[in-house]
Formats: sequence, C-alpha cells, structure tokens
Amino acid sequence: MTLTNTQSLILIATIVAGTLITRFLPFIFFPENKKTPRFIIYLGKVLPYASIGLLVVYCLKNISFMQSPFGIPEIIAVLCVIAVHLWKSNTLLSIGSGTIVYIILIQVVF
Amino acid sequence: MQHKLKTLKCAFPYTLPVLTGYLFLGIAFGILLSSKGYHFGWALLMSTFIYAGSMQFVAVNLLISAFNPLNAFLIALVVNARHIFYGISLLKTYKGLGALKPYLIFGLTDETYSLICSARPPEDVDKRYFMFFITLLNHSYWVIASAIGAILGALFTFNTEGIDFVMTALFVVIFIDQWKSQKNHIPALIGVGTSVVCLLIFGPDKFIIPSMLCILISFAALKDRIERKA
Repeated sequence: MTLTNTQSLILIATIVAGTLITRFLPFIFFPENKKTPRFIIYLGKVLPYASIGLLVVYCLKNISFMQSPFGIPEIIAVLCVIAVHLWKSNTLLSIGSGTIVYIILIQVVF
Repeated sequence: MQHKLKTLKCAFPYTLPVLTGYLFLGIAFGILLSSKGYHFGWALLMSTFIYAGSMQFVAVNLLISAFNPLNAFLIALVVNARHIFYGISLLKTYKGLGALKPYLIFGLTDETYSLICSARPPEDVDKRYFMFFITLLNHSYWVIASAIGAILGALFTFNTEGIDFVMTALFVVIFIDQWKSQKNHIPALIGVGTSVVCLLIFGPDKFIIPSMLCILISFAALKDRIERKA
C-alpha cells in the first residue's frame, strides 16, 4: 500500500460520490412529476449503444501500433472474443477464453 | 412474503449470465486489489459502495498512485458518465417505484441496465420487485466474488498481468449483443467512430470528455435520420 488507510478511505469515498452523482443526476434533473423533454427521451434510446462503443475504445486506448508488440495481443484476443461470442453466445465463455488467450499472449508469447 | 419469494425465484434465472460474468470479473478485481496490499475488507467496502466494475479497476490504479482525491472524483465522473445515459433511458421504467427507487438507481451497472432493458417478467409477477431482485442479486454476486478474489489473492501469488482484459472482453460482448438486438447500427457506429477519432486527436488521457461531446453533437445533428430508421 502506498497510501495510508485514511487516504485510501477518502479516495474511495470520493469515487463513491462521483459514481452516485452519475447515477442519480438524470432522476434529479427530470423528476417523475415533470414531463421529460422529447430530445432527452430520444437520447435515452440511442446513447446506450454509443456509450458501450466508447467503453470498448476506452479499454483499448493504451495500445501502441508504433511499438512492439504493435497491439497484436489485443487484436488477437478481441477477435477471439468476437468469434467465440458469435459462435456460442455464452457471455462467460467469450470473456473467459478471450482473457486467457490475452494473458498467455502477453505473459508467454510477447 | 410468499409473493416476494416467488418474484425472487422468477428473477434469478435472468441473472445467471451476470452471475457468471460477475464471478469472473469480481474475482479478478479482488485478486488485483489484494496484489496491491489491500485485504478483503477493502474489496468488500469498494464493491458494496462503489459497485461499478470498470471504475473499481481504475480505482486500483488510483490507490497505488499519489494521493489526489479531486482527480479521483473527476475520473469517477468521466468513467461513469455513461450511467447518465442509462438513467435518462430508464426515467419512464423507474417511475412509481416508491421506496425501492433509490436502491435501483444506485445499483444501475452496465449489466443490471441491460437486464432491466431486456427482461420481461411474467404477467402475474410484481414488476417493481422483479427489478429490485435483479438489482439485489447482481449486487450480491459482485460483492461476494470480489471478496473471494481478495482472499484467493492473499493465499496465493498470481501473475496478474493481463487480467484486466476481462473488462475489454465484457464490453466487446455487450457491444455484440446490442449490435445483434438492433437493426439500426448508426448509434453504435457513432460511439466507436467518434471515440477513435477523439483518441487519435486528444490522446489516451484526455479523449473521454471530447468523445462524449462529439457523440451528443452527432446525435443532435442526425436526430431525424436516426429516428426515421429506428
């Protein structure tokens, strides 16, 4: 541990606060007794698809195509997840196989 | 009471995919956290009160960096900003929940959100308690799994390099499921496309907020086209 217990607790508390804000904000801004604007309803329908796309990119943000191993482990492992998921549609199997492939690639191969 | 038990039994099968996913992710989180010298009490604390998978993996990094709560707070806002999107899309579904509502909002993870959106309970089941039990079951899986992981991590030494790929794999899987459930792929493509462009322009540490702004602008600009196709 690099931080003291108190510092760790403060850090966790601020993360809890930040997370709570993101979850409660829409319900505070658009309470039940008021009509939600049409544009917000539209955003509610389309945003979930875009935000998962953003998260996929977020997870892969530190890949460097200029330096060895040129993102090859990530590309292979993501392709593995896609292939297994399209084949079996079993969430755990897809996540498990992709992760194991990735761990082997970066710990043993590269 | 009998009725609630029946609702719980009805909700349980829907949560099985999340049970398996959370076991894997939660154990991975617990192992990772304990490898940094935090015992299982910390894993319990974080999983109970933060209860946001990707943020907790990021939090492990924050716990081993220099102490900077303001930075941690801003990162929590950015990493979890997608919850705002989820909340907006559930404004109607979560109407009239009464005392259950705050807990359901608190427990709104990616996986719980996807179940709430997709699961259709039988007619004779109380939908409010059905959603409550889905949230509660998922939350308990996550807390228990991360404690197991932290205990395992304390007993054995693992080479954890690469284990954080579980997050990537999880989001890729959710992305595929969403893709298959929709005919209109413009929203998903906007999400990936704008994020990649912003990543190239702003770099890995600063691209999330520009990406979110670009996504909002794109949706505003393409509203008519997207709504016509949907």
